[in-house]
Amino acid sequence: MLLALVATALVAVALLSEELIPRAEELWSRFRARRHMAPVMPYDPGRERRAEQRARALLQSCVNEEEWGMYRDLGFIRVWGTLSDGPADTSASGGAAYAYLIYPHRAIVAYLAQTHRLLNEYCVAFPDETRPYGSTRLPDSDDVLAKWMALTGDERRLISTANMHLPGRQLDPARVKRDLWRLSQWERAWMREMSGRSPSETPLDSAS
Amino acid sequence: MIAEGDVERADDEQRLVEEFRRQLDAGLWAAVPLDDPAGRRQARMVRSFQDIPRDADRVIFFPRAAGGR
Repeated sequence: MLLALVATALVAVALLSEELIPRAEELWSRFRARRHMAPVMPYDPGRERRAEQRARALLQSCVNEEEWGMYRDLGFIRVWGTLSDGPADTSASGGAAYAYLIYPHRAIVAYLAQTHRLLNEYCVAFPDETRPYGSTRLPDSDDVLAKWMALTGDERRLISTANMHLPGRQLDPARVKRDLWRLSQWERAWMREMSGRSPSETPLDSAS
Repeated sequence: MIAEGDVERADDEQRLVEEFRRQLDAGLWAAVPLDDPAGRRQARMVRSFQDIPRDADRVIFFPRAAGGR
């Protein structure tokens, strides 16, 4: 009886070996691959902060003094629109002066300069696909710089690339209105500062 | 900093041209920050090395824009 059981077991093992051996080899190779995997780079909490500092310095070196002060103090930059028919084909501006607010990693908001009426939101992203690892998200100030360059360099192209939405989709219109009020207050202070400054004086606070 | 050199020197210029093409081939946009006639700062998008003003002190490469959410 025992001999018969052993013989049956041997036959069963022989039959299953064709299935089991490849699986065992696969598991073994996976185990070895895991052991040889490249070590994971430890998270460096300062990396993003340093990247943001470099991005701020680059942004400051590209935009003018007023725009830099605006970003430093208010967290956004205002860029004047230059298209005669307004920012979109809708002729929403009716030829009136308009501008954009550039926020980091938020939609670009177009508005009428005189009335502060919000025109549209333009959702645009600059995914950094060249990075070999980590996030494709640019540091905040690099995102603002990319928007500033694309908008001042080729406004029509950027606006046609962006996804256009009515105001309020991503940014609370009340918040944008408040930012426009803050901007007007800031500009008054800026003009006072500029009028009181002698031509040879250096910028107020260009180092922060 | 990706590369630097003097465009008046042929070997430097060749190296800068190659690096410029490499960045554009990688899908990046290139722009040169400039002063406009009104004294404002603005960027000029450049699509070829010849578009870059000879006196430009730098070219900035940045990812292409895509429609966002």
